[in-house]
Formats: sequence, structure tokens, C-alpha cells
Amino acid sequence: VTAIPASAALSRDDRPIAIAALFIVAILIAGTAYTWLRFGSAPLLSPTYLLQQLQIGAFLGIVAAGMMIVILMAQIDLSVPWTLAAAAMMATAVGGPWAIPIGLAIGLVVGFVNGIGVAYLRVPSMIFTLGVNAVMRGLMVAHTGGFAPQTAATDLMRWLAAQHTFGIPNALFVWLGVSVLVVVILQRTALGRYIYAIGNKEAAAYLAGVDTRRVTVICFALCGLTAALAGVLLAGYSQKAYQGMGDAYLLPSIAAVVIGGTNILGGRGRYLGTLVGVILIVLLNSVLSIMEMPEAGRQVIYGAVIILMLLVYGRGERVTS
Amino acid sequence: MSSDFAIRLRQNFGLVTAVVLFCVVYLFYHIAHPKGFSSAVLVQNADETFTLAMVAMAQTVPVLAAGLDLSVGALMTMVGCFASYLLTGAPEGLPLSIDVGSVHFTLATMPGGTAGILVGMVICLAIGLLAGFVNGCVVVYGRIQPIIATLATGAIFIGIALFLRPTPGGKINDDLNWALTNSLGDFASTVHIFDDGSAPWFQPFAGIPVPFVLLVLITLLVWVPFRRSVTGRAVYAVGSAEGAAYMSGLPIERARIAAFTLAGFFAACGGLFLAIQTSSGNADIPQAGTYTLNSIASVVIGGTSLLGGSGGAIGSIFGALILRVISFFFRIFDIAPLLQPLFEGLILLAAVSIGALRVLRVRNTLELFR
Repeated sequence: VTAIPASAALSRDDRPIAIAALFIVAILIAGTAYTWLRFGSAPLLSPTYLLQQLQIGAFLGIVAAGMMIVILMAQIDLSVPWTLAAAAMMATAVGGPWAIPIGLAIGLVVGFVNGIGVAYLRVPSMIFTLGVNAVMRGLMVAHTGGFAPQTAATDLMRWLAAQHTFGIPNALFVWLGVSVLVVVILQRTALGRYIYAIGNKEAAAYLAGVDTRRVTVICFALCGLTAALAGVLLAGYSQKAYQGMGDAYLLPSIAAVVIGGTNILGGRGRYLGTLVGVILIVLLNSVLSIMEMPEAGRQVIYGAVIILMLLVYGRGERVTS
Repeated sequence: MSSDFAIRLRQNFGLVTAVVLFCVVYLFYHIAHPKGFSSAVLVQNADETFTLAMVAMAQTVPVLAAGLDLSVGALMTMVGCFASYLLTGAPEGLPLSIDVGSVHFTLATMPGGTAGILVGMVICLAIGLLAGFVNGCVVVYGRIQPIIATLATGAIFIGIALFLRPTPGGKINDDLNWALTNSLGDFASTVHIFDDGSAPWFQPFAGIPVPFVLLVLITLLVWVPFRRSVTGRAVYAVGSAEGAAYMSGLPIERARIAAFTLAGFFAACGGLFLAIQTSSGNADIPQAGTYTLNSIASVVIGGTSLLGGSGGAIGSIFGALILRVISFFFRIFDIAPLLQPLFEGLILLAAVSIGALRVLRVRNTLELFR
């Protein structure tokens, strides 16, 4: 038996993060070179611009944090788009001091239902959350009549999402809070250990005495909660809720988690990676929009980047080994 | 003999359930339909179902090999956009050229008329095969999880589709559109066979919708032989136990690539038909997503396990049929359009939760964690 050196064991999870971080630097350099040559300015290096981009990235980051928890358990949550939209719509519809609690409660309930279906009914999460997403969409279409709701975000929602404190967007503080919470859960609590254990082998975790089904429900509830939080913030940022506001968050959040080195089959991955993945996607998007890249080129580059990053470090093991 | 039948029934329980369910809902649909059963209704239903049925078949093959293909909707959209250029059927032919920057390359000239249409269709299907093959190679040689690999290639396919058709447009030959989206009788009169469709022996078949015939043909000529081939069996084996399949000397890499390539072919058939039916190419991202998600739902309703290794494309066809018939109900029962998405979601949830009844029969909790 050969002992694995500690450094090698560490680098297995750290390598993706380091490479993704290098890629971020490469994006910044390439983008700056482009703007310097074309406009004679370097907006990508100005703190104001970067903070503004990160503020937009905060919504994706919060969604990705919840998505990561679920992916670590070898599940997936496809109900994010309409959980996000439903939370935003109900929060703006209720208004007043109860807007945010109601919005978050919606996310919790949806996540809870997801968890029940996946953990106790044993329906594959891929299909159950898909159905829940369709139901939420149906509920919201029936509720709003298919139009953008006329209700507006409350002042607190706007403050959280669009205002600045000490020159830093408040949304970044929320993202930071969520990040700290997720890191603490994953690293410092029994729940976090259970999540990794379930992702590696649920049967083994069960035999070890973990109530895996309860943990699954909790994790889906957390994912619903983060999606709802992102929805509430997004509604605050754009002053109102609108149809399909969550559609742009599902695939990028999964991509961010995976680019950050989290194994899509669960059980492995660090939150720092997800953070780096989110920043990578946000910066890539903003550089492409500076370059006035048409949507067609964006999609191609987007797909190519995901494949490229995974070819570098995300390759699975051969079945033969 | 009877025990053999019982075993087959048990093995295909999902398929049988789907067929029975479809028969019940479709019979109910015709009873409730204000105009009753007619060829016109059948044709309309077949037109609206064919594309989803093809995309569902496409999804089935990778799922059988324990890999999801999230790019089927995008692949379908991309092929549709190609078709909107290649199937105009202009008599003078179609020059194929690419502008790279300011340099103009002329590649070839498509023949005009019927020959051009046939060549165009072959090219479209070949594009689908190629795209599916690329998917397979990324999964097998790149060793990237199928779900995330196809997520990425799907974005690339949509990008190509948007490049071809930034706005919906294009043109499909009118005769082609008419011939393929109507009954066999109309098809015969358009292509001038069987005395323009008036041959006496042909009359009993004249009312059958063309898409239905195409579906049966594709199933019998492509899916059934594939399933019976070594590669097809290897796809099932890879899905149920990849390690064991490898140890048994099965060509697991070839099976994986073949699964995705075949998915590309089926999705291309769907895209081709959608373009012909709508007579245009449309790089509609939400529509592509909807087709992908509905394909997964069809596969599950059709009795194929998402874990791989059991089920089949025929079940998925019935899954797609059930999904579509349910949406037909909304029309005849005058359900408010606003409530339709809600009902669709609830029915999908109910359908997948029925499978959850097996949880009640499990004696050992460990069996749950497969």
C-alpha cells in the first residue's frame, strides 16, 4: 500500500481552483488588451467597474452556493429558475415588512417539497425538480396572468440589492454572508460531513448511522432558500419581478459549480472553487459584452470554455482503472 | 410458455403501462372531441407530436447508457436552422458559400428541385450525426460527465443556430411541407405515385398521417436493428454495469459513442421535421430548452430508468404521445390557457411519483440507495 502524500491529496481539489483562477487572470489581461487597443482605456481594471460586475455576479453566486450543496450530494436542482421567480413575485406582491420573509419562505417550501420527492419518494432529482419547476411556473403564470407583475420591490429589497455601503454594493455583503454560512456548514458542522458522505456513497452513509433522507431534505431546502434569496435581491435590483427572471441562472450556476472543480457525481469539491467559477463566468460575460460579441458567439465561447476547463482538470477516471 | 410471457411483461412493465395509459387518454380524447374521430384530427395530432417523439427517442439512447443528453433540443434547433437554408427547393439550385471576413469562399452548388431537397435532407441528417458523434467523443475521450459535456456542446449548437438564424426566417419548399405534414393520400398526390394517390388499393391507407408512417419507419429501420446489434446490447450493458460490461469484453467506448451519435440522428430527424412543418428556421433558445426537458419527461413516463440499462425508445415515443395528448385536452376542454402550465407540471409530477410506489414495497431500506 502506497501512502498518498498529503500534498498530492490536497492538490486534487486545489488544482481546478488554481487553474480557474489563472483563467480569470487570462480573461482580464485579454479583455484589457482589447479595450486598450480599441478604446484606449482599461475599464476591466477599474475597481468601480469590477465592483459593478461583482454586484451582478452576486445573484449568480448566491444561486450557485445552494446548487453546490445539492450537487455535492450527487443530486441536482432544476427548479431554481421558477423558485427564484416565484420568490421575487410573491415578495413584491406582498410588499411591506413581510416581503422578504415571505419570499424566502417560498424558497424553503419549494426546496422542502423537492427534498421530500427526492429523499422519500426516491424520484430522481433530475426529473422531480423539473416537475416542481413546471408547477411553480404554472402557479406563477396563473397568479400573474402571464404578464410582468405591476408590483414593485420594497425599499429594503432595493437597499440590499442596489445600494452601496462604504462604496461597496450591499449585494456583495449578502453574497459574502451566504458564502461564510455555506463554508461553515460544509467545513465545520456534522451536516457538512454528511453531505460529502452522501455524495460519495449514500448507502455507506446510511449504514454509518446518518439519516440520509433528512439530510437530503435539509439540503434541498437550503438550495431553495438561496434561490429565493437571489430572487428577492434580483427583484430589488431591477425594481420589480418579471416572467422568466430566473431562466438565466440555472445553467450558469451549474457551470460555475462544475468549473470550480466540484464533481458533478457528488462527494468532492470546495466552496472556494464555486466562488472562483462564478467570478470566471461573470467576467467572461462582461468581457464578451465589452467586445460586443453577438449572442451566437457568446454561446459558442461559453460552451467551449466549459469543455476546455473540464478537459484540463475535470476528466473522470477510466472504468478500466 | 406462459411464464415466458409473464417475464417479458414484467421486464417491459413501464412500456406496457405507458401504452395502456396512452390508449386510455387518446380514446378519451376522441370521445370528448367535438368533431369526433377523423383523419384530419389524426393528421393534426401526428404533426404536433412527431418532433417531440423524435427528440424523446434521441434522449432515450444516451439515458440507456446511463448518460443524459442535455443537448438534444439545441441539436434539433441547429439542424432546423440548417434545413431552412438547404430545403428551399429552388429550381436553379443553391450556391453554398461562406464569408470569412471579406473573403468569399464558394464551396459547392446544391442541385435544384427534388434532387436538391433530397441532398439537403441527407446533409441535415449528416450534420445531426456529426454533432452527436462529437458529443460522444467529448464524453468518451474527454472523459467528461455526459450531463455537463452536453450542457456545453448544447450551448455551442445553439450558438451555431443563432449564427445561422439571428432572427427566425428562411423558407422550406411548399410541396415538401405539404407532402410531409398531411395524410398519405396527400403525399401520394404531391409526389405523383399510385396514380396521384387515387389507386383503388391505396384508399384504405390514404387517411394515415405521413408523420405517423415516418415514425414507424424510423423505429423499425433504425431503432429495432440498433437494439438487436452488438453495439445496441452493449449500450444497455454499459448502462446497467459499466465495469462488468468492460470485463465481459464488450465494446463500451464504441457503445457510448454510438449512443450519442444515434441521439444526434434522431434529434436531427426532429429538427428537420420541425423546420419543414413551420417552414422556417428559428434559433429559439427557450423552445430548445423546453424540448430537452420534455424529452427527459417522455423518457421517464415511457418507462426508461434514468439510471440506465432498462427501457427503450418505443416506450419514450408513447411517453411523448401521452404528454402531447394531455396538452390536446386543454384545447377541447377549454381550460384557461393560464392554467395549462400548472396542469402540465402537476401531471408530470404525478406521473413520476407513481413510480415511487415501489418505495412502499421495499423491505430493506438499503435497497433504496442504488
